[in-house]
Amino acid sequence: MKISIERGALLKAVSQAQSVVERRNTIPILANVLIEAEGDQVQFRATDLDIEVLDKAPAQVERAGSTTVAATTLHEIVRKLPDGALVTLNADSAAGRLTVEAGRSNFSLATLPKEDFPVMASSEYETNFTANAAVLRRLFDKSKFAISTEETRYYLNGVYMHVADGENGKALRCVATDGHRLARIDAELPEGAADMAGVIVPRKTVGELRKLLDDDEMDIAVSVSETKVRFATPDITLTSKVIDGTFPDYTRVIPQANTRRMEVDASEFAHAVDRVATVSSERSRAVKLQLEEDRLILSVNAPDSGAAEEELAVAYGDERLEIGFNAKYLLEIASQVDRENAVFLFNSSGDPTLMREGNDQSAVYVVMPMRV
Amino acid sequence: MPGLCRDCFEQVPPARRCPSCGSPRLLHHPELFDLTIAHMDCDAFYASVEKRDNPELADKPVIIGGGRRGVVSTACYVARIRGVRSAMPMFQALKLCPDAVIIKPRMEVYAEASRKIRAMMDALTPVVQPLSLDEAFMDLSGTQRLHGAPPAVMLARLVRRMKDELGLTGSIGLSHNKFLAKVASDLDKPRGFSVIGRAETADFLRDKPVRLIWGIGPSAQAALETAGIRSFADLLRWEQEALVARFGSMGARLWHLARGEDARRVDAREPVKSISNETTFSSDTADPDLLDGHLWRMAEKVSDRAKAKGLAGRVVTLKLKRADHRILTRRLSLRDATQMADTVYRTARALFDQVGAQGPYRLLGCGLSDLVPAAQADISGDLLDPGAIRRAGAERATDEIRRRFGSDAILKGRALR
Repeated sequence: MKISIERGALLKAVSQAQSVVERRNTIPILANVLIEAEGDQVQFRATDLDIEVLDKAPAQVERAGSTTVAATTLHEIVRKLPDGALVTLNADSAAGRLTVEAGRSNFSLATLPKEDFPVMASSEYETNFTANAAVLRRLFDKSKFAISTEETRYYLNGVYMHVADGENGKALRCVATDGHRLARIDAELPEGAADMAGVIVPRKTVGELRKLLDDDEMDIAVSVSETKVRFATPDITLTSKVIDGTFPDYTRVIPQANTRRMEVDASEFAHAVDRVATVSSERSRAVKLQLEEDRLILSVNAPDSGAAEEELAVAYGDERLEIGFNAKYLLEIASQVDRENAVFLFNSSGDPTLMREGNDQSAVYVVMPMRV
Repeated sequence: MPGLCRDCFEQVPPARRCPSCGSPRLLHHPELFDLTIAHMDCDAFYASVEKRDNPELADKPVIIGGGRRGVVSTACYVARIRGVRSAMPMFQALKLCPDAVIIKPRMEVYAEASRKIRAMMDALTPVVQPLSLDEAFMDLSGTQRLHGAPPAVMLARLVRRMKDELGLTGSIGLSHNKFLAKVASDLDKPRGFSVIGRAETADFLRDKPVRLIWGIGPSAQAALETAGIRSFADLLRWEQEALVARFGSMGARLWHLARGEDARRVDAREPVKSISNETTFSSDTADPDLLDGHLWRMAEKVSDRAKAKGLAGRVVTLKLKRADHRILTRRLSLRDATQMADTVYRTARALFDQVGAQGPYRLLGCGLSDLVPAAQADISGDLLDPGAIRRAGAERATDEIRRRFGSDAILKGRALR
């Protein structure tokens, strides 16, 4: 195999590949990226056995062929090459080396046979649809903060993507929860998605997917089966196993009868929470919310380190209420609000609280209070 | 040379018997009244408590330990003469001493005796660092003017008080640091009182084996032996850098200990780092129901102790020992610290399920660590487990019922498995 490729195109393709590769792994071939050249393009494939990313780039192919080489090393080299350089990759299968040449730089890298590279078995996807990048970005960005890291509840270690009854009929819905907070985000159901099986998209896949979603105009081809999910742009294909488990019935977690309504400027609220939480050094910093008519007092009382209090003007007309939350959780949900005021719906100091943006039902957050 | 009668506490000149009371238990040492760091170690503590409570046992070999499969936790001095040692497997102890009286440990009784001894030590100095129920370090620096007597006299009085009021004996080691005080208390057991002064430290240590150091177990010993280190004299030949290079932080400590130096202070407020409980089964088992019952009881014990101490833990640990003695441990960090048996059990149970069927097991234990005050515990609920709040309420009510009507007043069904 011998190809020449522009440094920028190469860097983009290789960086996507190397981020999938697991840093610590015991199977040497999994640290490698598979490079295959044919016609007028080259493709780079990397996998951690759960996720596979395939990235295509245009190249001048002098000699078709393929090889595998350490993904991080190749990435580091390409990153350090000058912008605009033309890079030549030349695989010498007899010597088991790949030479990387650019200008006066010359590298020789050890290769492993391409036959050893595990290619993810292709499977039948029952559901195929197209979704706009901005729509997917919103679905995953607004839900991923609530993904659990708890290994014993592995079925919470991802975003549950499924079809559900939304405000205006069927919706494409993403839900994530760690048992302390929950995010439920809806988007208009894309054509062809109605029969999609619900899948739990693993956290790492959500992170990799994000890199495909920067371009607002881009359409993403989504394919879903019971065991796999695939997201593809014309250049990049991301295939991932889904979490083999049952996502819990989250609907009963979302409070329906919370009537005490507080409306507050989300950014003012977030800043105030952040300020008062400063005095606490505990890992789970508890912030107390004291509500009375059109007034919110946020306070933190940490016996060992100090106390803080801040008052905010809010819209609130119900009876007095005192309720405590983990400061971090409040900050995270408040930072999801970007257009309107944050609306909090409380019940009692022991019950889950609901938060949404104005009256928008398409993004709903639930947070569990804590004892203060 | 300064001297002391251990029976009438008179300061006496060198002699065979005390001029005042005629006792032969005299103690002489040039630095006797200058040393202030002491280690008190009860003599065969559990066995002594049992003998005290049942005089018929006085001359019999008594072994405290659990069941056929257990190990010796304490052997009385009669049994020790026959070769029984603590931590020895029970069957081996019985081979050496077939007529031994085996007694299951009564921890509450020992804890009660320990509390009384602790109170006596607290009367001597505010700086008492208990190591376990039956031993403690004391720093008596600056207490001479308070008591009107040097530390050595007060320590002799302490063991006398323990004998008179509790019927228990202990041995004292007195020196200028913790390491040597602990070594000294072991020199002349039972009812010993040994002194290691500054002047004799180097001579005393030179030919002693390094296993004398507390914390040097068989594996560390083997590592030292590979380096040609058996005695303190061997250690003295090493440069500090060389020891550190070879043994890490332990090397630096060894270098100082070789010279009889130990800068650790007697720390009265050594915090509890973890709470755990384990049980060795009477026979190996892989029965999930049986194991589940054990798991619940262990979780409940851990929780009881956490509640008693006003502590809660963020990390739950599960420990399993397989029939081939391989130990499996799994741990999980909780979002919220807990002291509830229900949470400890459910977490340990999830860990147990993760381990899968690797049984049969001979031991199961669970523990709580990364401890915080109880006020920071169980402060938030779980959205996906709305029943947790109800179960926590039930557990608090159960605790209250037990407090009033005894620990058997109410039990979970799974505790009976």
